[in-house]
Amino acid sequence: MAEQLTLTDLMQILREVAGADEGVDLNADVLDTSFQDLGYDSLALLEAGSRIEREYAVRLDDSTMTDATTPRALLDVINASLTPA
Amino acid sequence: MSAAVVVTGLGVVAPNGLGTRAYWAATRAGRSGIGRITRFDPDQYPARLAGEVSGFVAEAHLPSRLLPQTDRMTQLALVAADWALEDAGIRPQDLPAFDMGVITASFSGGFEFGQGELANLWGKGSEYVSAYQSFAWFYAVNSGQISIRNGMKGPSGVVVADQAGGLDAVAQARRQIRKGTAMIVSGAIDATICPWGWVALHTSGRLSTREEPSLAYRPFDEGACGHVPGEGGTLLILESARAAADRGARVYGEIAGHGATFDPRPDSGREPALRAAIELALADAGVDASEVDVVFADAAGEPHLDRVEAQALVAVFGPFGVPVTAPKTMTGRLYSGAAPLDLAAAFLAMEEGLIPPTINVDPVADYELDLVVAAPRPAELRTALVVARGHGGFNSAMVVRSDPNAATRPAVNQ
Repeated sequence: MAEQLTLTDLMQILREVAGADEGVDLNADVLDTSFQDLGYDSLALLEAGSRIEREYAVRLDDSTMTDATTPRALLDVINASLTPA
Repeated sequence: MSAAVVVTGLGVVAPNGLGTRAYWAATRAGRSGIGRITRFDPDQYPARLAGEVSGFVAEAHLPSRLLPQTDRMTQLALVAADWALEDAGIRPQDLPAFDMGVITASFSGGFEFGQGELANLWGKGSEYVSAYQSFAWFYAVNSGQISIRNGMKGPSGVVVADQAGGLDAVAQARRQIRKGTAMIVSGAIDATICPWGWVALHTSGRLSTREEPSLAYRPFDEGACGHVPGEGGTLLILESARAAADRGARVYGEIAGHGATFDPRPDSGREPALRAAIELALADAGVDASEVDVVFADAAGEPHLDRVEAQALVAVFGPFGVPVTAPKTMTGRLYSGAAPLDLAAAFLAMEEGLIPPTINVDPVADYELDLVVAAPRPAELRTALVVARGHGGFNSAMVVRSDPNAATRPAVNQ
């Protein structure tokens, strides 16, 4: 069974590929905070998406990364595609 | 009569000094920043010397969000813009977004970033290429990133004309200020010292392959043998003289005149167009040649091009008619960053009353140039000319005048 992506994993990937905005605590409970409020734009999410595709051997549509507006929404979509049918 | 446009802030990033104060301290003393390349092993390349900016730590100046998406030249430019704004006493967040613009020049874009992503593409596959590659290597990226970081939504653009572009961008900024924009960040920062950039620079056939820093870049000398590339440049804050006066800003001086021309075909037998660019700049400034106190030369370091420049200067100013200097002998040629750095040097020279020297050069006598060599020369300087040429036939010249109130202004503070 494929490994699931956690909030901690996602935040770590974002921090690595796109840095972190000053004044935003990524260690807080940010599951329902919008990516915009977290300081991540669509390019940062595309960059994170390509890293997730490589590390988790999953295919994500470009729209997956840009349609999800919060970490919870994004994790739900990604983990659904990681779960074997 | 068009409104005067003045410079109120400088952000200098140079191989012989990081920051305006360090650059000027080195330049007035003739201290060079040219040495063997350290950013990669240059052994397998014909040219091995460069003017590298040392001691720059991007992390110390920029937020982590910007680092993964920026080339070195953009990191240098963002910091130079911060310094220039601070020097001008401008807080962008306090001004209306559409009153502020950014017009820079570029020569090569973000080569080091591009090299890394091309290596990812060919070495690992397209899924490893950064999404930020979409803009990080663009010519226009410095203008864009400075605009975004500082919330500047006024006129924006980039000029690409090798070294001449550095002046052309400032001229374009002056045009936009005359049309009504209050403030524009202009000038240029270039940085191409990475293996891919280095290979590209070699294609000009004009790089010096000498290994001794003191012999490698000697414009107007019998031993002229090409140039040493450098990285860095200057960003300047331009405002209308009225706006600067209204807010009580200190003023370095005025962008008084500009001329740009393009050379005729090399085998046409017609005169190169550099003299015309200089004459256009003088006419634009309403300045007679006899009023120019110092010339900052393009100083190509190629015998043929040195002669063309010497002939143009002698045609305009007469034999030995004006002091000429090339502080870029201490930095190497910075491409689009070169002329903006010379503008900074001209303002600082006028402020101190001191012409910085041209180093390592013993000028060819029949060029008939009064080249300021070896030591700086004290002089009262009110009007300076900066000359810049770009590969392929670009010529540009800019006349700057000191601020008439300069005597009452405090000294450089950065």
